[in-house]
Amino acid sequence: MRQRPRKGVLIAMDTLVMTSQLPLYAVLASALAPIPLILAGRNPNMREAVTFAAGFLKLWFVMKMLPPVLEGKVLEYTLFEPVAGLPVQFRVDGMSMLFALVASSLWILTSAYAIGYMRPLKEHAQTRFYVFFAFSLSATLGVAFAGNLLTLYVFYELLSMSTYPLVTHHQDAEARGGGRRYLTYLLATSVGLVLPAMLFCYLKSGDMTFAAGGFLAGKVTPTEALVLLLMFVFGFAKAGVMPFHGWLPGAMVAPTPVSALLHAVAVVKVGVFCILRVVTGVFGLDFLEQLDLGLVVSFIAGFTVICSSLIALSQDNLKRRLAFSTVGQLSYIILGASLLSDLAVKGSMAHIAMHAFGKITLFFCAGAIYVATKKKYISDMVGIGRRMPITMVCFLIGSMSVMGLPPTGGLISKLHLLLGAPDSGRWWLMLFYVVSTLLNGAYLLPIVFRAFFKTGKHFDAGTEVQEAPMFCLVPLTLTAIGSILLFFFPHLVFELASLMVEGS
Amino acid sequence: MDIVQQAPILMILCPFLGAFAVSLAGLIQRRWCYPLTVLFTAGSAYAGLGTLIQVLRTEGGVIRYRMGGWEPPFGIEFRLDALNAAIALMVVVVALLVAIYSRQTVASETAGKEGHFYTLFLLLTVGVLGISMTGDAFNLYVFLEISSLSSYALIAMGRGRAAFSCFNYIIMGTIGASFYLLGVGYLYIKTGSLNMTDIARILQEHGLYSSNSVRIGFLFILIGVWIKMAFVPLHRWLPNAYTFAPSTTSCLVAPLMTKVSIYVMIRIMFSVFNPEFVFGVGPRSDLVVWLAVIAMMVGSFYALAKNKLKMMLAYLVIAEVGYMVGGAWLANATGLTGAIFHILADGLMTLALFLAAGAIYYKRKSYNIVATKGLFGKMPFTMGAFAIAALSMIGIPPTCGFFSKWYLISGGIEAGHWGFVVGLLTSSMVNAVLFFRILERAYFEKPELPYEPGRQGKNALNFVERKGVDEAPLTMLAPLWAASLGLVLLGVYSGVVIDFISRYVNSVGFQ
Repeated sequence: MRQRPRKGVLIAMDTLVMTSQLPLYAVLASALAPIPLILAGRNPNMREAVTFAAGFLKLWFVMKMLPPVLEGKVLEYTLFEPVAGLPVQFRVDGMSMLFALVASSLWILTSAYAIGYMRPLKEHAQTRFYVFFAFSLSATLGVAFAGNLLTLYVFYELLSMSTYPLVTHHQDAEARGGGRRYLTYLLATSVGLVLPAMLFCYLKSGDMTFAAGGFLAGKVTPTEALVLLLMFVFGFAKAGVMPFHGWLPGAMVAPTPVSALLHAVAVVKVGVFCILRVVTGVFGLDFLEQLDLGLVVSFIAGFTVICSSLIALSQDNLKRRLAFSTVGQLSYIILGASLLSDLAVKGSMAHIAMHAFGKITLFFCAGAIYVATKKKYISDMVGIGRRMPITMVCFLIGSMSVMGLPPTGGLISKLHLLLGAPDSGRWWLMLFYVVSTLLNGAYLLPIVFRAFFKTGKHFDAGTEVQEAPMFCLVPLTLTAIGSILLFFFPHLVFELASLMVEGS
Repeated sequence: MDIVQQAPILMILCPFLGAFAVSLAGLIQRRWCYPLTVLFTAGSAYAGLGTLIQVLRTEGGVIRYRMGGWEPPFGIEFRLDALNAAIALMVVVVALLVAIYSRQTVASETAGKEGHFYTLFLLLTVGVLGISMTGDAFNLYVFLEISSLSSYALIAMGRGRAAFSCFNYIIMGTIGASFYLLGVGYLYIKTGSLNMTDIARILQEHGLYSSNSVRIGFLFILIGVWIKMAFVPLHRWLPNAYTFAPSTTSCLVAPLMTKVSIYVMIRIMFSVFNPEFVFGVGPRSDLVVWLAVIAMMVGSFYALAKNKLKMMLAYLVIAEVGYMVGGAWLANATGLTGAIFHILADGLMTLALFLAAGAIYYKRKSYNIVATKGLFGKMPFTMGAFAIAALSMIGIPPTCGFFSKWYLISGGIEAGHWGFVVGLLTSSMVNAVLFFRILERAYFEKPELPYEPGRQGKNALNFVERKGVDEAPLTMLAPLWAASLGLVLLGVYSGVVIDFISRYVNSVGFQ
């Protein structure tokens, strides 16, 4: 593997590339699951057992890759070589590992949650639901493991396609509109912006493999670099950078497990993951610093952070409010990457994991409330703390994690992001984070406050405790506990994140 | 003599002899026509595979087959190299798949004429195969006429406006063929040879490139094949001819006729002439690429305006012709590679789409896109295959449509022709709209009784709706799925195919 020294310091340890089939197995574990899923379609318990089996198998394969990756090795596996010298290839490094761990462990919890959500609501076509869920997880891991831009793009598109039937699950007029918006945004940007940008990079540099210091340095003019960077940032619309965020609130028509795992964790994080990969692996932090391109992206992301938080304030539909909150949090990550400081990039990467646990908890809570009370609007949830105390406590924990309050994991990644701003010499970019944290509090905390301390038209002092089914309640409690655990044990996350930043 | 060495001629003899057998069978026992056709096309496909393997194994990658042992330039030779070996194989594979598929459609749409239909079917295959294999410019004309005449007759067997659209096609097609023949005449006058390799050699040795007669001959040939491939603005004959033809005919004609004309254009441009001459013959060769961009736009946007599935696909064929002509005229190796790869990819894509459209018509008795409502419930397998083909048309990896776009766009960037790049991307996005418009209908809406505007009331179709899944028969589904899976396989293994194609592209000699 080619190595480029960063900041004048040669990388001390040699990177060991080892060929391994584990990444392939991890992807296949869920890609092949649809066959038994369809066969077991008539027996729901059997079918869900298959999903769990696939989930644990996948997590096991991912875990098996952890020790070598922590030693600084890169696991490589070439699938096929469609273009001479340009394989579709998996390369698992720290960054891949972090994302893969988050996605595959949360898949298991979401599967449990889906049982508690889909069955009481008697959703139709549940087999199809689980089949495409499994497919989209495979595509997510494919993106996480992608070793070059081509592979990244292949799985990025597959993810768009495999999540379409999930977004439009209800097959009604609203789902149709949401689905149409979903595909329009995602396809138009990926085909219209990413594809040409990717080809241009390839023609200019003759390379596509992500490298520690990027491969574009010195190969493109500053103007070209700026245009390419913008094409990538906007083109990976899954990251929801404004003005290409519109698909995300639209995608909230999906059943809640989909919103929770895909639109708070997998799909949107794939978007920011792609941008992080491009920033670190294609351009390289030094090259961007040299051209001073970080600031442009900082402003785009900062604008999105503030704007989406303001929009979130005005949303009464709980899932939509959370969706706008996600848009903002995604841009946190991009803003962190655009600071081009090691600290902030590390924080960005960690925030993918921290925010995942916090936000999935919030979505799980929203779904649990819907299952138990059929309430979607925040104005109807006044006093709901009396009816569902555990859910709302978890909601509080999730909110704290999203805001970055102790004792939740969100604090640690946010601190890194915050400190990254002075580290990069632009301390005033901290303002974006500070203002937005206040706004986060403004749109999340009142929900909890009113749930416990006010009485509403639906829930008054005499309301009895009646939580959502256990299959809903347990996963959301676990993710809330996970958020707290990440505060006390963030080491693994940061170890993996620093592996990426140090480029070994 | 080794039978393997006879593979190229067996490839063409199988359907040719088959045509006689089938026409006899049509007189005696019409039931025999279908199995005989499948048998003879299968034989041809088998020989095609043998031919391809032979090309791969031959030193230098060129095999020449001399008819009756006559030495060229006096005798006619088949010449197979990296450019046309794969295309010839594609032709026979398409013919085989359509033959298998045709069992129910021919019986229901052209009942009583099976003998004629299958005879012409096989003759068309002979013509197209001949075009793709021959190394003789005049012999190519002969095969061109064989294929055109049989396609006229096959199209005219359709109902309604088929005869009139076919008449339009006959006139345009004949003009195109005449242009081609005139061009070959000019070249013959100047070089005294009809063998392509020989013409190329004489042009080179005698420095005839600056001769006006040669230039005009080249332009005549070019216009001739442009008419044949329906390149904008010479495209008006195509949509109606393809739409009103019987569905089996469209399945066979749409993937083959335009694609093979593009092959002829590339063969003439780069094997008979050379890039230096071709891109210097007019003042600006990039104008042709602009014309190709217009073709993409015209094809895509007209397709958007059509509410008949088959008409929409026919316009897409026109857009795809723009892709390939544009790629070939970008004047660089990447673009040409993309164009050649797209001949194969688009042949399969068009096949899959027309097969699916035919299956839908067979079950729903309508080509109107309203008839696709709720089809994911009614015909899940047909729609699944259709969706894969649609994704390939949009250019979603890992289908082959993505990789041909990859090379075409790269070629456009390399040539600095941004209009072509933007045109391709726009056309991909229009394709996305086009196909999701149908997929949405099939997925979200409830199926309803098919109707055709103007055919209501007492003219309404005699249609009995069945409950639940109502899928097309296996003989239709199997070829359809073979084509769709082929799209994915061709994408995944595109590296191998591109390697093979670049043997030809490298021999062309771009600067």
